[in-house]
Amino acid sequence: MNAAAYQGVLRRVAIFTGLFSIFLLGVVTERMNLVVDITQNYWDDITYLMVEYIYLVLISGGLAILVGVPLGILLSRPFMLRYSEGVMQVFNIGTTLPSLAILALSMSFLGIGKTPAIFALWVATLLPIVRNSYTGLRAVPSFLLEAARGMGMTPGQLLLRVEIPNGLYVIFAGIRTGIAINIGTAPLAFLIGGGGLGELIFTGISLNELGMMLSGAIPVAFLAVLTDFLLGQIQRFTVSKGVNPDA
Amino acid sequence: MITLENLTKVFETAKGSIVATDRISMTVQSGETCILLGPSGCGKTTTMKMVNRLIEPTSGKIFIDDKDTSDYDAVALRRTIGYVIQQIGLFPNMTVEENICAVPDLLGWEKDKSRKRAGELLEMLALEPAVFLKRFPKELSGGQQQRIGVARALAADPPVLLMDEPFGAIDPINREVIQDEFLKMQRAIHKTIMFVSHDIDEAVKMGDKIAIFREGKLVQYDTPDRILSHPADGFIADFVGSDRTLKRLRLLTVVDALESDRPSVQPSDDIQTAVRLMRERGHQNIVVVSQANKPVGSLHLNDIAELSGQVGDHQAPLPVLIRMEEDLRSAVSSMFRHDRSWLVVVDSEGKFAGNITQRGITHHLGTTYKEVSST
Repeated sequence: MNAAAYQGVLRRVAIFTGLFSIFLLGVVTERMNLVVDITQNYWDDITYLMVEYIYLVLISGGLAILVGVPLGILLSRPFMLRYSEGVMQVFNIGTTLPSLAILALSMSFLGIGKTPAIFALWVATLLPIVRNSYTGLRAVPSFLLEAARGMGMTPGQLLLRVEIPNGLYVIFAGIRTGIAINIGTAPLAFLIGGGGLGELIFTGISLNELGMMLSGAIPVAFLAVLTDFLLGQIQRFTVSKGVNPDA
Repeated sequence: MITLENLTKVFETAKGSIVATDRISMTVQSGETCILLGPSGCGKTTTMKMVNRLIEPTSGKIFIDDKDTSDYDAVALRRTIGYVIQQIGLFPNMTVEENICAVPDLLGWEKDKSRKRAGELLEMLALEPAVFLKRFPKELSGGQQQRIGVARALAADPPVLLMDEPFGAIDPINREVIQDEFLKMQRAIHKTIMFVSHDIDEAVKMGDKIAIFREGKLVQYDTPDRILSHPADGFIADFVGSDRTLKRLRLLTVVDALESDRPSVQPSDDIQTAVRLMRERGHQNIVVVSQANKPVGSLHLNDIAELSGQVGDHQAPLPVLIRMEEDLRSAVSSMFRHDRSWLVVVDSEGKFAGNITQRGITHHLGTTYKEVSST
């Protein structure tokens, strides 16, 4: 109960600090006439590019989850263990590659446009998801598996009733990391012709136009926070309270 | 009933083949608890895991109630056998209720039926259902978790229970309590139990039979008292300990060594009546009982032989009484504590039932050895 109360206080302090910072930011931007800039001059660009940006994130991130989680589960199966350690080594090396390098590599053999951008984002997002899905399931203690087998669960029931529910917190941590990387990398897609809010940011930097740059940066930051919040809520409702260390 | 016939398991390893169990043949009668006992690596756990086919035997057969277990689908077989492991293995993602209902759910029971059963089991284990059903395992103490582990194994009412050092990870004080609870429950439910242990005291306490394993072989299979009084060889004698005869005290109750033909006197009787009774029987002492036949004191022959008057004027108080159903270990412990060579025994209503003496106990323990030496 004490820990919960403490967390409650922390959360209130965080919300207050956040609101106060936004307020300060508002005062500063207003003084610099940026509000007019963002809300009037760039509004059409923002909405158009934001749709493009969300499209990039949704397709690449969604595909990464759809492929990454099953792939991680598959690699954790006993019959795959012979190969999975090797595969995970490759994936670990992949995770150390900077996102920008992945984009550059992708462009070098897929050309420019949306497809190489989505592919590169997909790869960057996929790695942590596969890795966490694999480790999440492998970390389920062997005596739980023995208890489950001993009471007569089939391998499928074992996976669905014991392994996935108990590994879900770690799997979700991988999804949140992957999506955070995805959203943070997506503005770079502009550099290989993928479009999105990166266009406002990079052009703003090049032209030294603070208003243009912020028109891209603020929506990106907002989307990042919003997505992580939504994923956190989904995690809270899907991961059993008996497994979630925060609950 | 569980019957093992020439059960052999050979593990093939990089260093060659290892014989984990070598032609084990034994029968556990219905309603009996059989303890598989031995040092680690002796094959006791392998033997047990072959019963629910977590390990497939290399050769040999296992019958449960005369049906060959290899005729069943392994998964279906396991659902009819309760299984408790040392690490308990409650599923952290499930509530206590969901854990207990795990096997009934696998068997496709109606939810109402299995949930009701979970509540009943908790009550049987002295855990308040309203408090515990919706909790998660991480919110329970180790002892509570192990009770839930037992409840889970019993949920679908399997006739056979396999327990792999079930109380090994619990602290000694709680272990005694849970063992006692389990014994009490087993007296009511009569499961056929195979129980792996490496603790001789636990084996003597919990088992109707003990099977001692050594290097993959079953070396002795007998009742705890026979194992303790007649270990088959030096290895078993060492394993059960040099104090094995003292351990037998726990298996025997006061009734076993009771001398029930002891006379008694009442406080209103003449003291010379007491002296005459003792002389006739060659006893050194006699118990004084109230009108309701409850012991109130005692007289010692040497103290009163020359006295006259009523018994009530001279009786000495009794420092301790012992009930008939207590084990001889507590009886002997009482004797030592009060520096007495005999104790007064009372029945469940507190009435005088007889005496037990150190001589009587020694004689009773020794009888079994004489039987063997005379044959």
